[in-house]
Amino acid sequence: MALPAAISGLKAKDGLQLGMSVARLFASAASQIKVEVMPYKVHRIEAPSNIVGTNVPELMSFYKLMYKLRRMEIAADMMYKAKFIRGFCHLYDGQEAVLTGIEAAITLEDSIITSYRDHCQHITRGGSVMELMAELMGKSEGSTRGLGGSMHIYNRKTNFYGGNGIVGAQIPLGAGIALAHKYRGEPNVCITMYGDGAANQGQKYEALNMAGLWNLPVIFVCENNHYGMGTAEWRAAKSPNFYTRGDYIPGIKVDGMDVLAVKHAVAFAKAYALANGPIIMEMDTYRYHGHSMSDPGSTYRTRDEINAMRTERDPIERVKKLLLSNGVEAGELKRVDKDVKKEVDDAVEAAKAGTIPPDSWLWKNMYVAPLGGEMRGVLPGQYHAPDFDPEYKS
Amino acid sequence: MQSAIFQCRPRLQGLILPVGNILTTAALSSLSGATMVQADQNNTLATEPLPGFKRLNLCNAVNDALVTALDTNYRAYVFGEDVSFGGVFRCTVGLLERFGKERVFNTPLSEQGIVGFGIGLAAMGHTAVAEIQFADYIFPAFDQFVNEAAKYRYRSGGSFHCGGLTVRAPYGAVGHGGHYHSQSPEAFFTHVPGIKVVMPSSPAEAKGLLLASICDPNPVVFFEPKMLYRTAVEDVPEGDYMLPLGVARLVVEGNDVTLVGWGQQVLVLQQAAAQLKKADGISCEVVDLRTLSPWDSEMVCASVSKTGRLVVAHEAPLTGGFGAEVAATVAERCFTRLESPPVRCCGADTPFPLILEPVYLPGVARVMEAVRGVVNY
Repeated sequence: MALPAAISGLKAKDGLQLGMSVARLFASAASQIKVEVMPYKVHRIEAPSNIVGTNVPELMSFYKLMYKLRRMEIAADMMYKAKFIRGFCHLYDGQEAVLTGIEAAITLEDSIITSYRDHCQHITRGGSVMELMAELMGKSEGSTRGLGGSMHIYNRKTNFYGGNGIVGAQIPLGAGIALAHKYRGEPNVCITMYGDGAANQGQKYEALNMAGLWNLPVIFVCENNHYGMGTAEWRAAKSPNFYTRGDYIPGIKVDGMDVLAVKHAVAFAKAYALANGPIIMEMDTYRYHGHSMSDPGSTYRTRDEINAMRTERDPIERVKKLLLSNGVEAGELKRVDKDVKKEVDDAVEAAKAGTIPPDSWLWKNMYVAPLGGEMRGVLPGQYHAPDFDPEYKS
Repeated sequence: MQSAIFQCRPRLQGLILPVGNILTTAALSSLSGATMVQADQNNTLATEPLPGFKRLNLCNAVNDALVTALDTNYRAYVFGEDVSFGGVFRCTVGLLERFGKERVFNTPLSEQGIVGFGIGLAAMGHTAVAEIQFADYIFPAFDQFVNEAAKYRYRSGGSFHCGGLTVRAPYGAVGHGGHYHSQSPEAFFTHVPGIKVVMPSSPAEAKGLLLASICDPNPVVFFEPKMLYRTAVEDVPEGDYMLPLGVARLVVEGNDVTLVGWGQQVLVLQQAAAQLKKADGISCEVVDLRTLSPWDSEMVCASVSKTGRLVVAHEAPLTGGFGAEVAATVAERCFTRLESPPVRCCGADTPFPLILEPVYLPGVARVMEAVRGVVNY
């Protein structure tokens, strides 16, 4: 695309001008709809305009994607309760607008790395619902061959670096990925996502310092759903204004339940990051489920609060209202709903029919060399792993 | 200064305190004995708890111990992630309501900060009982353990110490935990001189060992077997009591082979011993180490000198696991009494897997196979 040329042309501009130019780049020529989003709160940077241009096809794509993510997470919830999925399962429903907006503003050449709430990144990075459900169920048709589970979804071809179980551990990794992009001269950023709980981890500040020192093209995205497991943000953080916590690194706070606000801000942030260096984005969002399927989510917050979020700020409802008020028939949306439901249901059935990984895969991917007696500690006769496994394709 | 401020409850170290009747450690293990709730074939749970005892599961026993510790020492604190509302395993339920938010409080999501902060509190002579939510998350704090907690007394020539620090963490396989909710990191900590590592195997053990750990004037890491939190039920003595650290427990007496384990592996060894007795007529002696650092090498060597065979089992990976330490010590000290080489039956040398967990773990079948191997050597 003309993006690389445009970006280098934009390097001379700053702040407001930058944001407007990039926004125009991404809005298509037939930009009939102008939407006013919640004004951005900023730290050490000029806020981009809060008028976002969009059009019906774009909004339809957002609606379809977010609805697919929502239905997929609900299917995961049902499968967990039916014990097809076991273990730890962290659901993303309520936060769909954040990821949808981010992906709309970047390309698949940009890298993305996130925490364990990573089911939806698989879909937005080109994976299928069937692969994700199979991975959750631990089947070998899954995206990580059934060996990683809910928290470890990856995609090398589309630069999705996972899927990380330890809170905050992905943040320094994101800075490193950004350095590689810069070193190779690619006009790409690394979107490093983490939560409000992880914002209090020491390694985050180490990564911020390095990113700031070396002007790395990394966008730190704090998905602030206001609860770290069971602890509210104001109880864990002296300053819950996560977009200011970068101190010398500029920050921007975005209404994370509004996909247009997110898209506009991320486009602005990407241009900034490529020109100048790191930037922090705080997405004000909410998760309807608990922290994970083991957590009911109601012991530390009220049902009234959850319902209020659903009725007033639900991201899918917001886009639906926009579509309906811009000439889209309710019947068409219902058709989309039906198609998505069918796709997810079929994927679940296909995943259930998957196969369990064979025992010999226990030793896969420990080191580069194939397995067998070379494996440290594996005594011949104790375990038997074939040297070449025709079933395994990485 | 330290001895005046560091007040534990006025108890002597290493003694069992009478609770009504005089109890010894041997009596404790044979008196009750943990029962897996689902596998209660003898219907032992149908009987009433003994007088002076209460029937609790492991998580309630830990809760009981924390209540006792906070009750008897007004300078004790319990803190960690999400402990205020009761914790993710409900071990800290009711503490906030009873003792107040100055003594029971949530920390931010910062393991290194939690342990470092606990070391500082303990250095002032207070009793800090920190919780790490899962043992898998303890590694950011590992530097604080190794370089601060373990060496404080040593490097200050005895001027300062952080003996009041006890860090609790749930460890071990739970059936579906995957890479980051099932690890057994005890071997890393046993390698550090200066801290103690304690791992209970049943509710009554947990309460006694936790109270002893909190009172011990050395920093202690206390790994709780999370699979047993709800599934192990036992008659736990009411009130305040301690079990001695550094002393192993004889679980089952036998003659043919010594099985050594700790934490939730002890139950696996007990089941294997019962099945071996029935199927092969092999009489196994099961030893629960309880404390890994310092460990009761006297007891284990005495047992191996009697039986002549050793099988150590643990969930952690084979290479560099604590079983290697036990096997090497036994081989050195009991060489002439051994009928077969000491054998370690452990987890595979891989990260803890997800769906392939049954292949990885040293379950009853693998332990039995290992025992048959040493008996028929």
